[in-house]
Amino acid sequence: MSHRYQQIALLVAIALLLVFPLLGDRFYVQFVTRMLIMVVFASSLNLLVGYTGLVSLGHAAFFGIAGYIVALYSPEAHAAGFWSSLALSVGGAALLACLIGLLVLRTSGIFFIMATLAFAEMLFYLFHDTSIAGGSDGIYINERPILTIGGWVPIDLSNFVHFYYLVLAFAAAVILLLRVILQSPFGKVIVGIRVNEHRMRSIGFDTFRYKLVCFVIAGALAGLAGYLSAVQFGVVNPEMLGWHQSGSVLMMVILGGMGTLAGPVIGAFSLMMLEELFQSMTKHWQLLTGVVIVLVALYLPRGLAGLLPARPAGNGELPSAGSSASRSASSNTASTGGAPAGVQDRV
Amino acid sequence: MDPTIFLIQLLNGVQYGLLLFLVASGLTLIFGIMGVINLAHGSFYMVGAYLAWSLTQALGSFWLALAAGIVLSVVLGMLLEWLFIRHLYRRDHLQQVLLTYGLILVFSELRSILWGDDVHGVAVPAMLSGSIALTETLAYPVYRFWLSAICVLLAGLMYYLIQHTRLGMMIRAGATNREMTQSLGIDIGLLYRFVFAFGVALAAFAGMIAAPVSSVFPGMGNQVLILCFVVVVIGGLGSVKGALAAALLIGLIDTFGKVVEFELAGFQVLPELAGMSVFVMMAIVLLWRPEGLFSRRLR
Repeated sequence: MSHRYQQIALLVAIALLLVFPLLGDRFYVQFVTRMLIMVVFASSLNLLVGYTGLVSLGHAAFFGIAGYIVALYSPEAHAAGFWSSLALSVGGAALLACLIGLLVLRTSGIFFIMATLAFAEMLFYLFHDTSIAGGSDGIYINERPILTIGGWVPIDLSNFVHFYYLVLAFAAAVILLLRVILQSPFGKVIVGIRVNEHRMRSIGFDTFRYKLVCFVIAGALAGLAGYLSAVQFGVVNPEMLGWHQSGSVLMMVILGGMGTLAGPVIGAFSLMMLEELFQSMTKHWQLLTGVVIVLVALYLPRGLAGLLPARPAGNGELPSAGSSASRSASSNTASTGGAPAGVQDRV
Repeated sequence: MDPTIFLIQLLNGVQYGLLLFLVASGLTLIFGIMGVINLAHGSFYMVGAYLAWSLTQALGSFWLALAAGIVLSVVLGMLLEWLFIRHLYRRDHLQQVLLTYGLILVFSELRSILWGDDVHGVAVPAMLSGSIALTETLAYPVYRFWLSAICVLLAGLMYYLIQHTRLGMMIRAGATNREMTQSLGIDIGLLYRFVFAFGVALAAFAGMIAAPVSSVFPGMGNQVLILCFVVVVIGGLGSVKGALAAALLIGLIDTFGKVVEFELAGFQVLPELAGMSVFVMMAIVLLWRPEGLFSRRLR
């Protein structure tokens, strides 16, 4: 696909998303809202997995904690303020990411995967086994937060069309923010860390600090997604923090093609549509999801983006992201050829 | 705390720790030797427990079920290695995580289709159903002693197999340098298939012998997997010795955490929070020795 066609495709997609609520009915508008929320969630994880090379299997911790914060912050009888609850949720997720990041970033590779999963499960048990927030049943948000700008209410969060546009705006803003981050010197450093952390350290970068900042940004953005999701459903439960949530979002990133800004968008949309299809077919729909995941891992290691013919360098809407991703994909396979390099000195 | 209750909890903790060790050592062996992170490892524990339940009913004897279950789990392990895992040796961890995560979903749904979602119990075999009197008033089930003894025996056998047999030598060589071992004429593919099947059988066997003391329920695999991860992070990956020490530690912390209520800085610490204690332990180890308590050595 040439550069021009990609731009046209992007514009068509944006136009479709903008006019969609005018055509679709309530169910479909809410379904696309859910997919857009997952786009935000998957994009935040992509910053870690796709760009920094940190495979986190506990990303749902930040998604879920933000949901719990808004649910606990909302008074029972009346609505919470939108801005204050949003700031608290995202800030809380960022703070948690900082705490967990300080611990898990001391490990790397396979330890990192296990430690992130274990800490997310710790939160799961905290909310599941204790009565702080309704235990395994979770808690309800009786009144959705009210968005006011100086007394004026421009958006009614209970209106599904209004909410759709709010989520769409947030999703677009997150993708633009990530684009800015990745094109900044900071973005170049984190991509450098993924390709060769050792070399980045010897050049003089404090890689731990860079990774921690990345982890916190990703946690805060996952918190944003969790906040939106909690507000949409009006209920939070421990499943939000569970590892199926973490696994599912990781799957979205990889299915779409990690290390590209478009990847999580494609991944979130295709996985959720696929799951919706499976759910309509059988009670045991997770069996089909599992088979798809196995097949993707075996045959589509670069995701759906890998199906497209390789783009010539300097082409595409995201030059830095796209080309460095494919470069690192090949360098990854080279370095892990044979017995994984890390294993040899480990064993 | 009452000394007899303390003794009972101590025995329970050690027994739980030894069981965790069986599962975690399979995980750590598969990673240490083959370089594969296997998220589906907990599923094998769950499959083992369900096998013990259904085979005991079908064959009428726990012992026959155990024997048949071991054979089945080895076959399952070989099949999975041949179908999926062997494609992962040259891939990075991300694809290993993804594929084995997919397998968890598949196993969990297959279990639901084959055996349903109910909680089951397996009777303790008649031979081991008695109790041993510890004090005048207190007795401890023979089955739990037997379970601990089997775990210790298996740990010893594993050590002997890896350290003192020709097969163990080949496994260690394969872990150190795959290409070199292969060029010496050792069929590394077959060796890895054996190691993977052995790991699967260990986890399934742990599930089978755990079935009579815990109930057989759908979420048991994931629960044990998370604890195994904690064990491996604390003990150091690829270290069987570390896995043993960490598993005992986690077994004891988890068991005592559930029975001890204490006050901390004026707050009554809820017994429900006991589930968190093992993770706090992990956080401490990560702060103190991020590479794990034991060096990452297999020997």
